[in-house]
Amino acid sequence: MSVLAIVSIKNGAPTKSGLEAASYAANYAASQGMTASALVAGEISGDGGLGATGIAKVLHCTEPVTDSGQWAKLTEAAAVQLNASAIVASHDHFGRAVAPRVAVRLKAGLVAGVTELPSNDLVRKNVFSGKAVADVAVSTAIAVYTVTPNAFGVKDAPGQATVEPFSADLGIAREKVTGFDSASADGQVPLPEAELVVSAGRGLKGPENWGIVEDLASALGATTACSRPVSDIGWRPHHEHVGQTGITIRPNLYIAAGISGAIQHLAGVNQSKTIVVINTDPEAPFFKAADYGIVGDAFEILPKLTAAAKELKA
Amino acid sequence: MKILVCISQAPDTTSRIAFTEGDKAFDSSGVQYIVNPYDEWYALVRAIELKEQQGGTVTTITIGEAACDPIIRKALAIGADDAIRVNAAPEDSMQVAQLIAEQAQAGAFDAILCGKETIDHNGSVVPAMVAELLDLPFVALATSLEVENGIAKMTREVGGGEESVEVALPFVASASKGMAEQRIPNMRGIMSARSKPLNVVEASADAPTSVSKFTLPPEKGACKMIDADRPEELIRLLREEAKAI
Repeated sequence: MSVLAIVSIKNGAPTKSGLEAASYAANYAASQGMTASALVAGEISGDGGLGATGIAKVLHCTEPVTDSGQWAKLTEAAAVQLNASAIVASHDHFGRAVAPRVAVRLKAGLVAGVTELPSNDLVRKNVFSGKAVADVAVSTAIAVYTVTPNAFGVKDAPGQATVEPFSADLGIAREKVTGFDSASADGQVPLPEAELVVSAGRGLKGPENWGIVEDLASALGATTACSRPVSDIGWRPHHEHVGQTGITIRPNLYIAAGISGAIQHLAGVNQSKTIVVINTDPEAPFFKAADYGIVGDAFEILPKLTAAAKELKA
Repeated sequence: MKILVCISQAPDTTSRIAFTEGDKAFDSSGVQYIVNPYDEWYALVRAIELKEQQGGTVTTITIGEAACDPIIRKALAIGADDAIRVNAAPEDSMQVAQLIAEQAQAGAFDAILCGKETIDHNGSVVPAMVAELLDLPFVALATSLEVENGIAKMTREVGGGEESVEVALPFVASASKGMAEQRIPNMRGIMSARSKPLNVVEASADAPTSVSKFTLPPEKGACKMIDADRPEELIRLLREEAKAI
């Protein structure tokens, strides 16, 4: 019996959420007295840093695979070869497309968006947009887990993984990738993976004022985000919208300027570890969900925070 | 084009979240249910737009008991032609996917659209399970969808940008923000929804996972207020106290 992580590759290295899935698999395997392997497809150098997450063996398919059906077939073959009792993937665009297919192929129960290691045969996940947690039992012999990005993190485990070539009959690719548009600003970590996020809302009064938001984000090494009204009126692109109908994030730090904190917005950010709210209105509901608050004008406060952050980093 | 849209009910965003039956079940007393926003705003509306452009039909499918009928009528009021309700309590993503796949197979649809996730269980895995059960291509987190000459062209969210993807019909996709804009049903739609077919089907499937216990997260401590004249104090606290930067 063993644990298998499936890890997506970007620019020749595992993605951040892929490394988190690998670390989750390695720690779960260790808790069960098993070993963990990782399956990757595409070009990586060495073990891709997977040994340092506690993975013992990397199964390396040298052909890049982008089709979710082919990925599922590849995973099934690896799971059978390794006699895997658990499959772990990231709960991002990759895991959401591949893990459910794997669960069907292996007749396995799937728990999506887990945040902690299984314990006493139960595994914890967030539900109701972060307003509750559920402990879930899996009744099948094999379990599939997708791990919420930025929840479990990567636990360092000094080590090097052995790398073995791996292939399987994948059939034809039916999902053809025809282009890529890099939406995020230069050098920013993609929002779902970002540990630091600076976000702003209608309080900024217009898209021309976003410079002070971007300056603070750049000083902190953070990614920019926005509220729904701001993306709906076109001040900022859709992919920056965090909230109920946009994307859900779980950064270590979420700084919100000029966002009142409607319940729909909170649903997308309430799992952030530390929340800072800057608003001119002391009655803004967001302060109730915040760890730190400043009642004041974002136009004055943000540049001062930027200066202080730069001083700190200097 | 024959399009199937998977519609789920979800508690209104402002609902109080509480549990019952020894914290094993959601306490639905006094809860207002809505069409899961991702299903309604993005998947359903885009399906109706495609029907308006190219002809065809839009059918909705819901796994749930009779209490779901109001949200199904709303989907019909927005513009779906007919609806299927599989009369079973949804317990697990695999169970729901199997029940959807059985009906989808019988209906020979060209496209199966879902919202990217429900706002209660936040699983977002049913669409890809349906795709695998039906052996169809799948695109997750699609932000746009055009169909031309039997090919569906989509963009999808991936880390750090948007990918363009093409698949041949039939296919399954989950819809994310950007695919369409919310539509408010008009009076004519609401009136006609009453007489559109809502077919109730009896079926069941096994649920390989079950919730053993729901828990509310610990209350957040009080917000620490910082003087607006000394914002640099915040940076210090974020470094030394919160250890966030």
